[in-house]
Amino acid sequence: MLAILWKDLRIELRTKETLAALLLLGLLTLVVLSFAFDPTSALREAAAPGVLWMAVIFAGTLGMNRSLLREREADCLQGLLLAPVDRGSIYLAKTAGNFLVMVAAQLVLVPIFVFFFNLPLWLTAVRLTPVVLLGLLGFAAVGTMFAAVSLRTRAREVMLPLLMLPLAAPLIIAGIQASTALMAGQPFADVAHWLNLLVAFDAVFLVVGWMAFEYVVEE
Amino acid sequence: MAAALEVERLTKRFGRTPALDDVSATIAAGEAVLLLGPNGAGKTTLLRCAATLLKPSRGTVRIAGLDAATHGADVRRRLAVLGHESFLYPDLTPTENLAFYARLYRIAAPAARVETLIERLGLRGWAQRPVRTLSRGLVQRCALARVLLHEPDLLLLDEPFTGLDAEARALLSTVLREAHGRGTAMLMSTHDLALGLDLCDRAMILAGGRLAWQGPVAPADASRLDSDLRRLSGRAAA
Repeated sequence: MLAILWKDLRIELRTKETLAALLLLGLLTLVVLSFAFDPTSALREAAAPGVLWMAVIFAGTLGMNRSLLREREADCLQGLLLAPVDRGSIYLAKTAGNFLVMVAAQLVLVPIFVFFFNLPLWLTAVRLTPVVLLGLLGFAAVGTMFAAVSLRTRAREVMLPLLMLPLAAPLIIAGIQASTALMAGQPFADVAHWLNLLVAFDAVFLVVGWMAFEYVVEE
Repeated sequence: MAAALEVERLTKRFGRTPALDDVSATIAAGEAVLLLGPNGAGKTTLLRCAATLLKPSRGTVRIAGLDAATHGADVRRRLAVLGHESFLYPDLTPTENLAFYARLYRIAAPAARVETLIERLGLRGWAQRPVRTLSRGLVQRCALARVLLHEPDLLLLDEPFTGLDAEARALLSTVLREAHGRGTAMLMSTHDLALGLDLCDRAMILAGGRLAWQGPVAPADASRLDSDLRRLSGRAAA
């Protein structure tokens, strides 16, 4: 598993294809939506968590597609499937790689989000970090799974969000609700139920993905 | 000694269309077998079933006596596939690609093994360049290094000579002959009869997903096999 993860990270560090796409789309989303609201309006502040999650979702979906498409070049996925490794561990490695790339993108996007919405940097970062990390992990778990499913379909760029986003709805709702409450200054204890939902979502999809990946990639 | 590959009543359907229909065949350890047949005869499907990349609709595949359906990882450790695609990451160098596969196959002393193969296949001058920048012939040499990395008992070759120049074909042929000499069994599908007959001791002809003929072959059989194949292609087209 570590060999596959390291290989993915090495390719990403060399090409920066996925990271650049994630950053560009995330930045675009943040800029467009930050200018959509009146700077003096209270609505802007209320909408801020939704804007951040929208950037995460749009950029994340794009990143998922890229990471699996890389395995299609020169039929490398077949090379992985021919290796004497548990196919579930291929899924875990791809999920970990997607998660790390999305975390790297958020390290740039969250400060930009804070700047556009005029929020306190450190306070926002500290309060949002657990929610964003749990959200990204779940998003990577479900996204990697469905990116593999859509890999064999013709309109894969369209299929991935269609398959993934309805299933990721609980994660998105929990992420937005927890972020909204935490940014409004509520203590972590008040959002424990949302955080628990995120943890449960992550655990369920990691296990399901690990167990089902073999059948998903099978022809 | 267990056969390198044994398929028994192998059937593979795609929807209602049978790509392989009740095929039974054995390749002894160390034997090299040429797989012939017109386009659509089921050659690639047979190779992919043998490689565990396709699950049979019916029948069994055994590699070195192990059932591929129940011993997937053990079976994959014993075989390698070389086809038109290299399975190499274009953004990594040949050395990085081979080191990656060496880790997947848990090869002892992987760096030394990679260096040996880089040297043997004449890749020294290109070892640190991304695969994306290499010619088709060089990429196929790297792919050959990849399949030899874990010293498989069985090589499954699907049109390995396609797109190669004369020099690359000669090298590939030499390296395959060496591997065969060391006891590696081979099942090779190729349209290049001369090269195939030069490397293999026996041939199997598939037609319409069924095993139409099998028997020992020699380079002198080229014209006879060629006319057999043309006849089968004509029948398939009709």
